[in-house]
This record gives sequence, structure tokens and C-alpha cells, in this order.
Amino acid sequence: MAGSGTAHLRDPQASLLRAEHIVVEFPVGNTGLKVNAVSDVSLDILPGETLGLVGESGSGKSTTGRALMQMPHPKSGSITLAGQELTGLKSNEIRELRPQMQMIFQDPISSLNPRRRVGDIVGEPLKIWKRGSAAEQNALIDKTLEAVGIDPAAARSRRPHEFSGGQCQRICVARALVLDPKVLICDEPVSALDVSVQAQILNLLQDMKERYGLTMLFIAHDLAVVKNVSDRVAVMYLGKLCEVGSPDAIYARPAHPYTRALIDSIPSADSAEDKHAGARLEGEIPSPVAPPSGCRFRTRCPGAQELCAQVEPVMREVAPDHYVACHFPLHETAVPAPTAAS
Amino acid sequence: MTVLDSDTTSSTAPRQTLLEVNELSTSFRTERGMVHAVDGVTFNLDRGRTLGVVGESGSGKTVLSRSIMGLLGGKNVIREGSVRYEGTEIIGYSAKQMSSVWGAEMSMIFQDPMTSLNPVMKIGKQITESLHRHLDVDKDEARKTATALLKSVGIPAPEQRLNEYPHQLSGGMRQRVTIAIALACGPKILFADEPTTALDVTVQAQILDLLEEQQRERHMAMILVTHDLGVVRTRADEIIVMYGGKVVEQAPTQTLFAERKMPYTEALLRSIPRLDMPSHTRLDAIPGRPPNLIDPPKGCNFAPRCRYVQDRCLEERPPLVPADSPGHFYRCFFPIGSPESVEALARNSAAGTPVGVPAPRSTTPTEES
Repeated sequence: MAGSGTAHLRDPQASLLRAEHIVVEFPVGNTGLKVNAVSDVSLDILPGETLGLVGESGSGKSTTGRALMQMPHPKSGSITLAGQELTGLKSNEIRELRPQMQMIFQDPISSLNPRRRVGDIVGEPLKIWKRGSAAEQNALIDKTLEAVGIDPAAARSRRPHEFSGGQCQRICVARALVLDPKVLICDEPVSALDVSVQAQILNLLQDMKERYGLTMLFIAHDLAVVKNVSDRVAVMYLGKLCEVGSPDAIYARPAHPYTRALIDSIPSADSAEDKHAGARLEGEIPSPVAPPSGCRFRTRCPGAQELCAQVEPVMREVAPDHYVACHFPLHETAVPAPTAAS
Repeated sequence: MTVLDSDTTSSTAPRQTLLEVNELSTSFRTERGMVHAVDGVTFNLDRGRTLGVVGESGSGKTVLSRSIMGLLGGKNVIREGSVRYEGTEIIGYSAKQMSSVWGAEMSMIFQDPMTSLNPVMKIGKQITESLHRHLDVDKDEARKTATALLKSVGIPAPEQRLNEYPHQLSGGMRQRVTIAIALACGPKILFADEPTTALDVTVQAQILDLLEEQQRERHMAMILVTHDLGVVRTRADEIIVMYGGKVVEQAPTQTLFAERKMPYTEALLRSIPRLDMPSHTRLDAIPGRPPNLIDPPKGCNFAPRCRYVQDRCLEERPPLVPADSPGHFYRCFFPIGSPESVEALARNSAAGTPVGVPAPRSTTPTEES
């Protein structure tokens, strides 16, 4: 799975956020080695769409999300927001675009400054961008806090430690939304929360998406959570995309052996029969410093063949709007090659 | 197999009760008042069995396991009730007395493998530390045992790992090291406090398999503390569901899932996104938040978040009562599946009251009297 290719991308005119062939590498000390965090990943998000990006830790999903924000700049590749190229912009030009792209993080408590009051935290983006008068800013802070289910009158003068994890995440969402961004990147927004609270935040994000007309990239390791929020899902492994498609298609009929293994690993509260169901993935994700040749998943893949070590698979369509980067997908329906004929 | 084979006989021997916890309560004295973190928990644990303790943060599940192990020190901790380990009461034990129990009889693995390992101590030393303490072994022997332990928990090149520091290992490998440390002295009970929460799903499955395999080999009892009902469903023999410091439902695993009685258990299951749901399914989130343990509600702890709530729930504290199936207990006046609960839900939805607010009962005898 570790494949490249852009077969899964849609019309460039239609997408709001589009990344093509992005590469992010980090040097390892001064050894000359490098961590191949993201290697030739392409993805696109249509306006109003939620793209779910799933993968294990070390798969490069967070780095991809951050690269879209130009934090850090990708080493190569192209990222466009509403047609505007972001790579190569100067830092002050990027800064001008930041209000359009906001991010929320995994740990809501540590992403809020413990010494500041909630009203100031949510209002800071407005101060920085000098949006409106003080009275207008105050009104907007109240309105946004209310939208995320926090009572502004009670909360504004309190500090983050007085709130639970779920409420802190609501405050983070308010801070991200106060500038009315086009794109919201959510990096594991519910994985630090309790199950009962997790459902509240997922419902909140869904409501906010409708209310603010957001386009979202939702990064998570929990497949069920990703399925719940996404219109389209991309599975990542070791810096590459494995499979892209609609959540229902991917979960009902995964075509990539890695996706299959991920789904099989989930302990289910619904059925007791799945004990030890499916093949367990052996070992752990290899080091991104020296990724395997060919398909990056081949070292853990139950169906790996010689070809997989030699040739890197390229993203191709196995069913309508269901793309997989694998030489030996688990299923394949004849899809007319888009380049064929005429 | 011969009868003389002591290992075989012990593993096929009738159930032996290892741990008896009776009405255990644990409170913390704080500036704001008493926090009743664990309130009257009772259960027995047999050798080789797994007890799942499920609850959200603040439910008291972690305090329960630490309280049993006597890890909560200080004069502001008040423990009441009884914890009998192999028939001996250990609740009054001093830390010094407990130190012969820790590691050798009971040990614990924690959620975050990075912070539960010492970052500036080599892995080898962290494993051999307890070997030196509890078993009379020399340096070479301890090292050999440590290598064997690392190998048994599935760490490749164990010899080499002994000389490495925790930061050189991945999260899954670190958790394997903490398991090796916990197993070093052959404990009879292993407390696993959210052992896989910090790990990836594929690694989670490996670690749970490893725990199960070690448990079987060593005929060890395990208390698996988690917030994830999916984890305990396939791994535990019996499950305790905790809420606000109290056991709200307790049953053998199959019974709990098939015949759950407690609205909280149901609400938890309903709030989890499942793979078989179509995407964008609106989740049945549990509104509100867990109860304040300093000043808990007068009635049922869960009443303010319950769909079935009635006036009685806000006034009276429900006791833990047995259900039809053996070993199944719950704490609710309107258990799921009973005609009362159907009626309660119907009354609430007819009146259109929000969750946690009972329908007004204009004609109830209590109000007329």
C-alpha cells in the first residue's frame, strides 16, 4: 500500500483544498539520514466535504495535516487552497491565509493556555486580526461560545482548568471557528476524551460543519469515528496512501490488505464472536528512516509477493470511486480505464 | 500426564478465590470536601480469571485498582472495607509490608508506557530491579531472566534491548517492556490499567493477545481496567461497570451484553460510533457530564443524564440488586427490559422533557398525599 499516484483526485476546479505529490522529510540529527514522514501523497477535498484520514501512529497522517497548513513547508509538491498555490509563499503571505485554515488538536487541555481566561483565548484571533470593535468582538465571542455549547456568561472569566476535557475541546473549537475559517483540520480531536463525551464532540463538529459551512480534514486512528464523520476516507500507512473511497465502500469491502487488517483489529462491543477474528498484523510499522522498497506495507502484508518488493503500486480504481494502491487488491471489479478508448 | 505433575494439577484444580474485595470504599480528604472516589465495591476474583472494570474518567476505576493494591498513600486517603488476598486481610498493611506484595504477588501495568518507565534508566536495570528485590538472584541470573522475559513478551533482539533506554523503543515495544517488568516476579494478579489506550489498534490487538497468552501460561488473574467496552467484551470473564464511584452493573460478560439492565450501560453502548453504522449517523451522546463526587446527587448518580429518569430516581438512591441470571447485579429502579422502564421512557417522551428531567406526574399518589 504504500502507493503513489493521483488517480483518486477529482476535478481541480471543484476542490477547495488540494495537495499533489507532497513530500515531507525530516533530517535525523546530522547523520545524513532522513525520516520520510510523507512521501508523495496526493489528496483533495471538495467544498463542504469531510475527508477522514486514518492510520496508525507513524503513518504520517498528522504530518500531512500540518503540511497542508504549511507547518512545516513540504519539501516538494503542490498545495492549493481555492486555486491559490500555498507552497512557495513567503511567511507573511501564508500568515494572511491562516484565518481561512484553522486546526484543533488532540489534547484540548494542553492546547489552551492555562493562565488565560476563556474569553481572551477565544477572542485572541479577533484581536490579532483586528476584526471589528471591542463590542463587536465581544458579541462574536459570546455567539461562538454559545454555538459550541458553552455558556458565555459563566465561562468567559474562567480559566481552562475549571473545565472538563470535553468542554475544553468545545473551547478549542470555538477558538478555531471565531474567525469563520473555510477549512478546519481536526487532528485526533476526540481521542483524548471519554466515550460519552466523544459522541458529544462528534455531534458538535457535525453541527458546526453545517452551521459554518466548513470543509474538514479529520485525522484519527479510530476507524469507527472516522467513518462516522467522513464523506470520504483515505487510509495512510508509512507516509503513503493505501486506499481512498467512500466510507461505506471502504468499510464494507476493503480492497487493501492493510485496511482489512485495521478493521479486523478493532475489538467490537457488538459481537463476541470476533475474538481473534482475521489475521493479526505482525510486528509494527517499520522505520520511516529506511522504508521498505516497493510497497511499503509488504513487510507486514499477508499476501505479499515478489512484485511487491520491486514495484511500488500506484493508486487505481477498483470500483466506482474506490481507489487502492495495491498490486493484489482483495477485490476488483472491472472498471473501464479512464484513459482507455477515444 | 501424571498426578505427580504439580503444575498440571494446580492448573486443573477447582476454582481458587484469590482476591476477595468486600465493601471497599476509598475517599480523599480535599480542601473542597470529601471525594468519594470508590463507594462500596464488592467482588471476588479467582485464579486464571479476568475481571473487566469499565468506566469513564472519574468513575473510580483507576482508584479502585490502586486502592486494592495499596498504592494510595498519605493521610488524606481513607480506605474502608476489606481486601483479602489469599485469605489474608491486606487493608491495614503498611507500605513496608505491601512492598513484599507488590511485584511478587500483584503488579500493575499503566496506561502510558512512556511515563511509567524511567527515561534515564536502561531497560535491563528496570527489569532486574524487582528481581533483585524479591528473588535471591545474582547479576548474571537476573540478566538472563530479563532476557527471557523480554523474549516472552515478543521483543526482538532482547539482549541488545537490555542496554537501551525507553526512548529508543516504539510505544508498543515500551508497553511490552512494562509488561515484562510487571511479570518479572511471577505475580498472581496483574492489574492492567488502560494498557492499550495509548497504542494503535493493530498494536492494541497484539498487546491484548500477549496479555491473554501470558495469563494463560502463568494461570494468573487479571483485572483489566478500561473505558472501552469493546476491549473487555472479548477479553473478560466478568465485567464491573462503574459510574460515579459505584458499581452500577456487574455480570458475567455474556450476560452483561445480552441482558443489560442498567440505563448507563445501555447509554454507553449507544454512544460509541460503530463500523456498521452508515456514516454521518447522529450519535446518541450522553448529555451532561459525570457526577461531582464531592457533592453527589441525592438520588441515583446517573439520573441527571438518564433517559428513563423518574421522580423517584432523583429522591432515592437505588441499591445494587440481583437480576434473574446468576452473578448479575444492577443499580436501577427502572431496569431495561422491565415494563416499568418502558413505561418510564414512554412517559418522558410523551411529556417531551429533556434527558435527565422526569415527566411531571400530575396524578401520582406521592404528590396528592
